Amino acid sequence: MSGAELVRSEPSRRVLVTGLSTYWGGRLAQALEGFEQIEAIIGVDSREPTLELERTEYVKVSNRHSLLQRIVRAAEIDTVIDTRMVVNSLTASPRFAHENNVIGTMNILAACTGQDSPVRKFIFKSSTQYYGSEQDDPAFFTERMRRPHPPRTMIERDVVEAEDAVAEFADKHPAVSVTLLRCANVLGPDVETGFTRMLALPLVPMAFGFDPRLQFIHEDDVVHALEHAALHRLPGTFNVAADGVLALSEAISLVGRRALPLLPPVGAGLLAAPLRRLGFRVPDEMASLLRFGRGVDNRLFKATGFRYGYTSRETLIRLGEHMRLEPILRTRAGEDGYHYEREVEEFLRWSPHVRRERGGDGVAADREPLGI
Amino acid sequence: MDRLSPQRTSLSDAYSALADEAEATAEARLPEPQGAAEMRDLLPAIEPDRRLDDWGRSERVEGAMDRTLYEFFYRYWFRAEVEGVENVPAEGGALLVSNHSGALPPDAAMIAKAIREEHSSPRPLYLTVEHFFKGYPGFSMLIPKIGGVAAHPANVHRLLYDERQLVLVFPEGRKGTEKLYKDRYRLRRFGRGGFVEAAIRAEAKLVPLCVVGAEEAAPIFAQVPALKRLTGLIYFPLTPTFPWLGPLGMLGYLPAKFKIRFLEPIDTAELGGADAVHDKALVQTVSQEIRARIQENLHEMVAARRSVWFG
Repeated sequence: MSGAELVRSEPSRRVLVTGLSTYWGGRLAQALEGFEQIEAIIGVDSREPTLELERTEYVKVSNRHSLLQRIVRAAEIDTVIDTRMVVNSLTASPRFAHENNVIGTMNILAACTGQDSPVRKFIFKSSTQYYGSEQDDPAFFTERMRRPHPPRTMIERDVVEAEDAVAEFADKHPAVSVTLLRCANVLGPDVETGFTRMLALPLVPMAFGFDPRLQFIHEDDVVHALEHAALHRLPGTFNVAADGVLALSEAISLVGRRALPLLPPVGAGLLAAPLRRLGFRVPDEMASLLRFGRGVDNRLFKATGFRYGYTSRETLIRLGEHMRLEPILRTRAGEDGYHYEREVEEFLRWSPHVRRERGGDGVAADREPLGI
Repeated sequence: MDRLSPQRTSLSDAYSALADEAEATAEARLPEPQGAAEMRDLLPAIEPDRRLDDWGRSERVEGAMDRTLYEFFYRYWFRAEVEGVENVPAEGGALLVSNHSGALPPDAAMIAKAIREEHSSPRPLYLTVEHFFKGYPGFSMLIPKIGGVAAHPANVHRLLYDERQLVLVFPEGRKGTEKLYKDRYRLRRFGRGGFVEAAIRAEAKLVPLCVVGAEEAAPIFAQVPALKRLTGLIYFPLTPTFPWLGPLGMLGYLPAKFKIRFLEPIDTAELGGADAVHDKALVQTVSQEIRARIQENLHEMVAARRSVWFG
């Protein structure tokens, strides 16, 4: 099969974005709003959206199956994009992470099933944590590889379980195109991940005697990748990671910080408590990454026509620039930064000047009750 | 919630494609591998400002080692003598297969240096190293910088097939470096022939080669299993300088004369293409043949050698 055959341009029309209030859900909804072909974007989450949205419908709902399924059917959703995966154990309790990553995924998948389900495309944002990070890893994981050892941390276990659920769904529903995107460690000015926190420290701790190979991706490229999946038909699993695998020391010098080879190579657990006092916590899933690193083969996704905006190196240079600018921007934000005003948005959303009317059969969002 | 409508129109065209998709089976979840040329074009471009490549190899560190330590050992300490270097192809992926010995084996660095010094178009050589190095602080940092990669089949395949590089393997693996001085120049088992499979799959040439001198440069008189367990090292050898001089004693090589002989390459394309990978008998035969050729040449070279120290 050649690349051209593999990729069919097939934009989604009615999209459901899960986790609208998370960073990725919000960014993705914003991005999708710009595409004329997409006639409706519905975002679900249990909290209010945090980003400014123009024509995205927000439905306040948790990951509960029955409600989701009714929304999917009532709104005739053809594409579900699942962006809720929690991949940093510091941002959520293990219990919430499991509930969200595994149970939540199952519920969302269940909402897409059923004989007359309108869903034809399912896009799932996963993580390269699927592969783990071990001593006997290959230097570049390809999509066909499985991790050599069972997962060791809660988050990795969640990722594997969630992916298994998605794979099972794909097997059972051959008519639905299931795209699974495994994103590398994300960096960027707005997103907060274990690595952005770590690189923001004046002295960046490294495991003594180790210089792991790491691959990153810019936050914008993640959004574009999800967008690319929404605009094309890409069944399969893809690694989403920028070109270039960097050594951690290289990454640290690119953002203009200094490395501090301080973490002991073994038994980092002993140092965890004093480090936490200093305000630095190493998430479990990062501990082995700081020794063995991880690289992935990103060519398959590029073969579908996707082009990354940044290499790993450029991502870090941009992040460095942002970190130097941030103290200046931060003071200004207090004066004239953007404040989210719900009432204004409500008004604008239904104002005839803002609504985007489509020709013919009145495709713009309706206001009739859903009846649930 | 009351803004969603159950009555939607204009979706029939979107659903008409549903029938076509019934053929999309579970198999289709993993996209087919693309053509080799196409996938090679998609390899990350080299960023000239970077000091490392994607494998973590550092020209700077390697160059510094090359000008100092390797130069000294190659030229003055081991006084390496090289024959048949033209058997190393000037381009395309090739898998170099060598005998292996020594507590902290000096052979790999000398082979890389030989190609750099003697070959008409010098090429970098990637050395496969057992993945244990990744667990040792310090080594884990240094070995990738001087061109070492973990001996994983996927790594060898990417280097040979996609990046078309030179890769060095020691099929004896740890069995070779563990062996005692009394067993010198007796090749150990060549494993399951994984290196032949890798070369066939990558359509790369196989270049057998022999190294004489490394056995005497770093002889191992005994292994101490109790200390191995205690220190957590992969083995604990007794050499003329280790453990008596501490960890640096590992570098205490005796000045044996090195002779490196590259043998006629084997073109795996003539073995029947990529399908030959599944022919276990063929893989074993090729592996045995390479082993026999290396052993034969080693015997010849050792027999012709008048002095261990002066060649």
